Amino acid sequence: MNRVVITGIGIYSCLGKNLEAVKDSLFQGRSGIVLDPERKAFGYRSGLTGMVDRPELKGLLDRRARLMMPEQAEYAYMSTREALAMAKMDQDYLDSREVGLLFGNDSSAKPVVEATDIIREKKDTMLVGSGSVFQTMNSTVNMNLATIFRIKGVNFSVSAACASGSHAIGLGYMFIRSGMQDAVICGGAQEINLYAMGNFDAIAAFSVRESDPARASRPFDRDRDGLVPSGGAATVILESLESAQRRGATILGEVLGYGFSSNGAHISNPSVEGPTRSLEMALRDANLQPKDIGYINAHATSTPAGDASEAKAIYSVFGECNTPVSSTKGMTGHECWMAGASEIVYSMIMMQNGFMAPNINFENPDDDSAKLNIVTNTLNKNFNIFLSNSFGFGGTNSSLIVRKWE
Amino acid sequence: MEIKEIIQKTNAFLAEEFEVSPESITPEADLKATLELDSLDYIDLVVAIENNFGFKVKPEDFQGIVTFQDFYDYVIERVKQKELV
Repeated sequence: MNRVVITGIGIYSCLGKNLEAVKDSLFQGRSGIVLDPERKAFGYRSGLTGMVDRPELKGLLDRRARLMMPEQAEYAYMSTREALAMAKMDQDYLDSREVGLLFGNDSSAKPVVEATDIIREKKDTMLVGSGSVFQTMNSTVNMNLATIFRIKGVNFSVSAACASGSHAIGLGYMFIRSGMQDAVICGGAQEINLYAMGNFDAIAAFSVRESDPARASRPFDRDRDGLVPSGGAATVILESLESAQRRGATILGEVLGYGFSSNGAHISNPSVEGPTRSLEMALRDANLQPKDIGYINAHATSTPAGDASEAKAIYSVFGECNTPVSSTKGMTGHECWMAGASEIVYSMIMMQNGFMAPNINFENPDDDSAKLNIVTNTLNKNFNIFLSNSFGFGGTNSSLIVRKWE
Repeated sequence: MEIKEIIQKTNAFLAEEFEVSPESITPEADLKATLELDSLDYIDLVVAIENNFGFKVKPEDFQGIVTFQDFYDYVIERVKQKELV
């Protein structure tokens, strides 16, 4: 079995458009949430969202490449550029190896809506143009990045709701561990446009604390009233230890464990047993005890039911260890398909820089969160191993464990 | 619409849509080679004509078109037909 290490990370999120900016936001506990008036005008119950600008790709990519990309692929291109540069994997390297690409993505709403609008109005499918089909498909991030970076290894998208990005990294880890790939570019991407989130708004999933956007996302807080949608992209370069050492790459961390489970129950209501099994499986896979984990980056979206069940699951496994826990979603909102990847990147940034980002807006615990050691202010503390949870609709759970490379 | 105006408008959207320098577009130049058109680009040419002149085009209409002058002739003919209607 190969050991699997991380040699590059990249991020493009509402906390910043690169690692340095995101590090500052995490350290300062700065929120990326805004009130978007367009959502209110469009009919949203909640106009809150994480916000990030579209990147300027003219000059970086040719017209044909740009035409094929929906916004989440643009974000993914930016985070992947950053991660590849950090890993020192240039185009010559990608051209000469079978590097893989696994990205988490579970929707591409805007191109679908816009194409349908054109067809309805013009009564002519051809007028949607040549790029639309490649923007609409769920695998759009993979097909775009694989073309741009001329990828030759494994290439498919992982759709697992809000656990998509985490499972993409978990699968990349398994491909490398088994020896089937030397390196896999993993990540998650999430569109932010207002078409993407209307049906989530419909089921009253979102916080309506619109008077104070930065305080609306309140993971584990007694007074939380729902999640805040967000998006962007995050990339993690996984590589076998042998490959990384052979090419003299700087190793940032090692993926030690991947756990997963299905709740096998309600489509939206979470369970305690499902996440608990995912946590325990990740620990078993990593051959670690709960006391070995220095920090937990919780899924904790700021919905009462989700946070409560996760708090119970974490307490059942880590209760005796009093492990520090925070959810970065207080700052980022819920980055959905991307969150499993971005939260690995956020946790890597914290681990490399010796701090734990605060779970902002945690003011009053409830019965479940009171039992956890929740980090409420930035904690200057080194840690060597973290665990990151992601749980999605349909009952899909994923937990990853990463160790600092020293 | 005057012929000169049609040609100016055509050159402008071709340069913009396909990101080529306006100087590369001359009546005798090869349309496909100059604009680096692949099969998908012909779809975007259909969309650009519809958006700029408001008439419908089929990709097979481009089969006999080699130079920009051929393309101008085609567009001028279709604009005139539209104006007659």
